[in-house]
Amino acid sequence: MSETMETILSILKDLHEDVDFENCTTLIDDEILDSFDIITVITEISNEFDVKIPADRIVPENFNSAAALAALVESLEED
Amino acid sequence: MQTNVLEYLEQTAPRCPDKIAFANDAEALTFAEVYCNARAIGTKLSQCGFFGEPIVVFMEKSPSAINAFFGVVYAGCYYVPLDVEMPAFRIERILEQLKPRAVICDAVTEPLLVQYGYADAVLRFDAIIKTTPDDAALQAIRNRQIDTDPIYIVFTSGSTGIPKGILACHRSVIDYIETLSETLDFSEETVFGNQAPLYFDACLKEMYPTLKFGATTYLVPKSCFSFPIKLVEYLNAHRINTICWVVSALTMISATGTFDTVKPEALHTIAFGSEVFPVKQFRIWKSVLPHAKFTNLYGPTEATGMSCYYHVNREFADTDAIPIGKPFRNTGILLLDAENRPVKDGEPGEICIRGTCLTMGYYGQPEKTAEVFVQNPLQTRYPELIYRTGDIGRYNEDGDLVFVSRKDYQIKHMGHRIELGEIEINCGLFDGVETVGCIYDNQKGKIVLFYTGAAEKPALAAYLKQRLPRYMQPNLIRKLDEMPHTPNGKLNRTALRAIYEEA
Repeated sequence: MSETMETILSILKDLHEDVDFENCTTLIDDEILDSFDIITVITEISNEFDVKIPADRIVPENFNSAAALAALVESLEED
Repeated sequence: MQTNVLEYLEQTAPRCPDKIAFANDAEALTFAEVYCNARAIGTKLSQCGFFGEPIVVFMEKSPSAINAFFGVVYAGCYYVPLDVEMPAFRIERILEQLKPRAVICDAVTEPLLVQYGYADAVLRFDAIIKTTPDDAALQAIRNRQIDTDPIYIVFTSGSTGIPKGILACHRSVIDYIETLSETLDFSEETVFGNQAPLYFDACLKEMYPTLKFGATTYLVPKSCFSFPIKLVEYLNAHRINTICWVVSALTMISATGTFDTVKPEALHTIAFGSEVFPVKQFRIWKSVLPHAKFTNLYGPTEATGMSCYYHVNREFADTDAIPIGKPFRNTGILLLDAENRPVKDGEPGEICIRGTCLTMGYYGQPEKTAEVFVQNPLQTRYPELIYRTGDIGRYNEDGDLVFVSRKDYQIKHMGHRIELGEIEINCGLFDGVETVGCIYDNQKGKIVLFYTGAAEKPALAAYLKQRLPRYMQPNLIRKLDEMPHTPNGKLNRTALRAIYEEA
């Protein structure tokens, strides 16, 4: 598992101790993450990775799974 | 003289019958429809023999749910909004407290009522709106109603673990709607974008001015509040010009650079409240909408909606807090010190409220009511109640009220008012939890829960989801070997804070 992925998982796990974030791919579709959670995730990611998620990347596809979030962070780190 | 909130609807419906009053993605109701449906529901409830009692409206957030509220008022009853998103445990406690003889539901919530063991009258909204309105019966009910009769109960967090139902009457709501409307310049042109859930008094701001002016309210889909560009596009698509939102919804838009992609086109009135709007975020909003009116609102549910307002009309430093300003017309504010004396200029004191805005207290809880709805200590010659908010405030150099802190462990989290004690008590009931302590990280907006015992974190988190609403869920759960206590055996929250900050 990549370091990025590990950090993302620990951010998510703090939000919901009872969710299997490693395998879930419907975090938005099944309303597991709500607007409060999204705000927290965005804030935590900017603290942990020193990247800012721009509004046009805050879309359901990028928040549906831990893997999608990790990919988003990695692509922002490259920019 | 207006004595009933329904007079707003009765004056507006004939004036603009075909205009949309309330809409969401799935349905839109015109004023004529709202009027007819409400009278049909009122007739049906009356035919069933209900009067002067709580009727629960347990429906998905929708124009129909709002319509059902007015129907309940037509029957001379008071509505109690419950929401599908509330955890079962909470709904059961509320039903236990109220023992309502009837619940209005929809297709989604009807099966849930059976699960919750509710056995009295279940009325489906889509069925009861087909009742033929009985004008004479409705008039007879109206003739019996007075403006100090209750119209709703909304539930708020209780420190003993049991939610408290706050009961408000026609007179208080009319007083609030009149002063709020003049303060924020609502009119027939107003198009509201509602964010607040219907089970809080926050939605009064949109619901009743819509009736009063013949304005329109769109219930913004919840999913929009997760995705800022979608949210602003929604505002633009419906030409929404007025929003009264929690601060977190506004900062999500500004902090993520949404305005680089899309700007609100019609928006001219932005009200926010109950929480500190970070000045840095406020400036971003102001720069994009330089001509818009920004207003900070403050007020407890116990005083019917909001009590104070501040039009933000000057510059603030990043570290300044935007004041809560002055009381609405016809609302009185007292700042009292620990000995119940008025504070000296600039000194902090407890914010106490007097006036028509005072609600009727906590339903079925006379002791709780008497603790905070008390005789005005500055005036003892005739009965006059004030409400003690538990908020500490002070006046600044401009004579504006500024929020300082809380007297107790009540917090404001994402616009919601929460008693940390309610979270602690519920957590303490879980098998394997021995001691519990909760703190709030104001800076990051996080509820942090500490516990000791054998319980596993995931199981505890799952348990709390069944018992507490989403907004009361801890953002962080930490297991400790030992809970810090003060020398006299009380929970040591300062020590907990230190443990949290070290980590």
